Amino acid sequence: MVQPRTLYEKIWDAHVVERRPDGTCLIYIDRHLVHEVTSPQAFEGLRLAGRKVRRADLTLAVPDHNLPTTPRRDAAGNRIPIADPESAQQLAALEKNAPEFGIRYIGDADAEQGIVHVVGPEQGFTLPGTTLVCGDSHTSSHGALGALAFGIGTSEVEHVLATQTLLLKQSKTMEVVVEGELGPGVTPKDVALAICGRIGTAGGTGYVMEYRGSVFRDMSIEGRLTVANMSIEAGARSGLFAPDEKTIAYLEGRPMAPKGAEWDAAIAYWRALVTDEGAVFDKSVVIDAADIAPNVTWGTSPEDVVPVTGVVPDPESFADASKRAAAQKSLDYMGLTAGQRLEDVAIEHVFIGSCTNSRIEDLRAAADLLKGRHIAAGIKHAMVVPGSGLVKRQAEAEGLDRVFLDAGFEWREPGCSACLGMNPDKVPAGERCASTSNRNFMGRQGPGARTHLVSPVMAAAAAITGHLTDVRELMGVKRGEAVA
Amino acid sequence: MEKLNIVDGRAYPFGMKNVDTDIVIPAHWLKTISRSGLGKGAFEVLRKEPGNVFDDPEYTGSPILIAGDNFGCGSSREHAAWALADLGIKVVIAPSFSDIFSGNAFKNGILTVVLPQEAIDRLMEVAKSDPIHVDLEHQTVTTQFQDRFQFEIDPFRKHCLLGGLDEIGLTLGQADTISQFEAKDAGTRPWLVPVVA
Repeated sequence: MVQPRTLYEKIWDAHVVERRPDGTCLIYIDRHLVHEVTSPQAFEGLRLAGRKVRRADLTLAVPDHNLPTTPRRDAAGNRIPIADPESAQQLAALEKNAPEFGIRYIGDADAEQGIVHVVGPEQGFTLPGTTLVCGDSHTSSHGALGALAFGIGTSEVEHVLATQTLLLKQSKTMEVVVEGELGPGVTPKDVALAICGRIGTAGGTGYVMEYRGSVFRDMSIEGRLTVANMSIEAGARSGLFAPDEKTIAYLEGRPMAPKGAEWDAAIAYWRALVTDEGAVFDKSVVIDAADIAPNVTWGTSPEDVVPVTGVVPDPESFADASKRAAAQKSLDYMGLTAGQRLEDVAIEHVFIGSCTNSRIEDLRAAADLLKGRHIAAGIKHAMVVPGSGLVKRQAEAEGLDRVFLDAGFEWREPGCSACLGMNPDKVPAGERCASTSNRNFMGRQGPGARTHLVSPVMAAAAAITGHLTDVRELMGVKRGEAVA
Repeated sequence: MEKLNIVDGRAYPFGMKNVDTDIVIPAHWLKTISRSGLGKGAFEVLRKEPGNVFDDPEYTGSPILIAGDNFGCGSSREHAAWALADLGIKVVIAPSFSDIFSGNAFKNGILTVVLPQEAIDRLMEVAKSDPIHVDLEHQTVTTQFQDRFQFEIDPFRKHCLLGGLDEIGLTLGQADTISQFEAKDAGTRPWLVPVVA
C-alpha cells in the first residue's frame, strides 16, 4: 500500500531530480519570477562565468520594487526619467538583462506590469503543482493556487537561472486549520495576522504550511493569496492551498495558462493534488474562526497582533525576558504606551496596496466602505496603489478610482510602493501609517516610520475617522453580531 | 567562495531577538547592482543609537556575531549576508535562524551556528572581554575558559564551506541528469511551458 502523503510531499516527490544519501535533493524548478532588486548580481555572475539561462521559457521578468507610482510616460509616450539614479540603474539593468538572456519581460509601462506576486497568478504563469521561486520572500503568495512557491536569495536566483534546479532539504509539514465562519468585517488579512499572532514569526520556521478547514475552502482566490502571502511572516517559506474548482475557474483563459488538450490534461493532474486521507502533519495549529476579530499590529513584528478593540500590551506581561525587552523597544519606536486603547491611536497616513492586499477584491472592499465618505482632516496622505496595471484598469472600469479620489485618496500606478519604500513612496519619520502591507518592521516604510498592519477595510475605516477604528462600527454591525 | 574552517577572534555581543533583514540592511541599500560595499549600511538604524556594539571600538572588525532567536527573519534579500560579509563577519551564532537567511549566509561563505540559549548567554559574557574560537571541521565553539559547545551542520554545507566550492558549478556537472528529468516530465506534464501570446 502506498503511504498517504501530504500535498507538499506529493509536489516535492514529483520534482526530485536526484536524491542524495544525506537527504538533500536536487529539485526541479518549474517557474521563476525575476524582478529588478535581487537579480542584477545573479545576471552579472552568469556573465562573468560565461553561463546561459537554462530555461528562459520558464522564466518571467517584471520590474516592481523601484518604480515610481506616478505616471511613467508623458503625453507623447516618452519615458519620464526616474529621479533616483540608483533606482533608474537597477531598472535599466533588468530591462537589459532580460532580452540579453532571452527572458520574457513585462515593461514598466505595459498594462500587464505589476507586483510579481500579483502578475504571476493574473497571467496564469503560476500553476498548481508547480515549483515556483522568486528572489523575494513573499513568493509564498503563489501557494494560494497550489504551487510550492518560496523566496530565494540572489545566489539561488543565479543557481536557478543556470540550472533550473535548487539543492534543498525537505521541510517539515504544518497544517493550519481554521474552521467556522468569519464574522462581518473580518477578512483574510485578519486571519493571516491571527496566525502570526498565534504561532509567532518563527513558528513556521522549517515548515511548509498547508491551509485547511472551511474558512480556507470558502475563501476566494484573492483571499487565499493574502493568506499565503503572509506565510513567511509566520516563518514558513511556503504555504499551500490544495487546488480546487475555484482555482481551476480562476486560471481558465488566463494568457499564459495551458489551452486546449493541454488544459484538459492539466486540470486532471491538478484535481489529484490533495493531501491524502490519513497523511500525517508534523505539527497542527487549529484556530476557531469565531475567535478572529479585525486585527491590528501594535509593535514592530507581525506577531505583535491584537484585536482592534484591544489595548497596547504591557511589556511586563511577557514571560520571556528577551520578549519583554523587545516589546519595550517596539513601544518606544512606535510611540505607544502600555494599556493605551488601539482605537485611540491617531493615524496620519493610509496605504492600500502591496502584494498582500492590492487585488481587485481588496480595492472593492475598501471602496465600498469609502463610498460617500471622506478621509478625516488629520490624514496627511492616503493612497491606493493597485497591484497591477490590469487590476487598475478593472477598478477604473468599475468606477472604484472615482470613489477613492472623491474620498481624498490618491490613485497611483502599480508597484511595491510604500510597503518598503524603495521608490519615493515613504512614510516620514515619527509618523503613523495604517497599511495593508505585510511588515511593520522598524524603518520598513521609511526611516522612523510607524506601521500598523491592517486589512483594506480597516485601512479605509482609519482613513475615514483619522484613528485606528473597528470597521464594524462603520459597517453598522455591532461587535460580535452575526450577519443577517 | 573563500574556504572557511577556523575562525578565531572577538565577537559582537549583540544578542537581539527576531532581527529581521530590514534591520540588517534597510531597503534603500538594496538599489546597488554590486555585491560589495554594503557594510556601510549594515544595522544602520541600530547604529544611530549611542553605545551600539557595532561602533564600539572594542568590537570593530570582529569576525563573529552573537545574536538572539530567529536571526534574519523577513525579507529574502541576500544583501543582508553581503552586508555582514562586508563587515568582515564570518560566523553568526544564534539559537535559531530564518531558513532563507541561513541559506544566503552559507552561499556567501558565512557559517551560521545554532546553539542553545544557555550557550549563547555564556558566549555573550565571554565576548565582552575575550575571543571566541570556532572550528568548523570539528563543529565546536570554544573559549579559553574551558567552554566547549558542539554544533550540528548539514554535511553538504560543511563540505562546501570547507572547500570553498561553487555550488552552481557542481550542479552544472549534472546537466545530463537534469535533461533526463525534463524529458520524462514533459510526458507527465505536457502543459508545463507557459503559453506565449
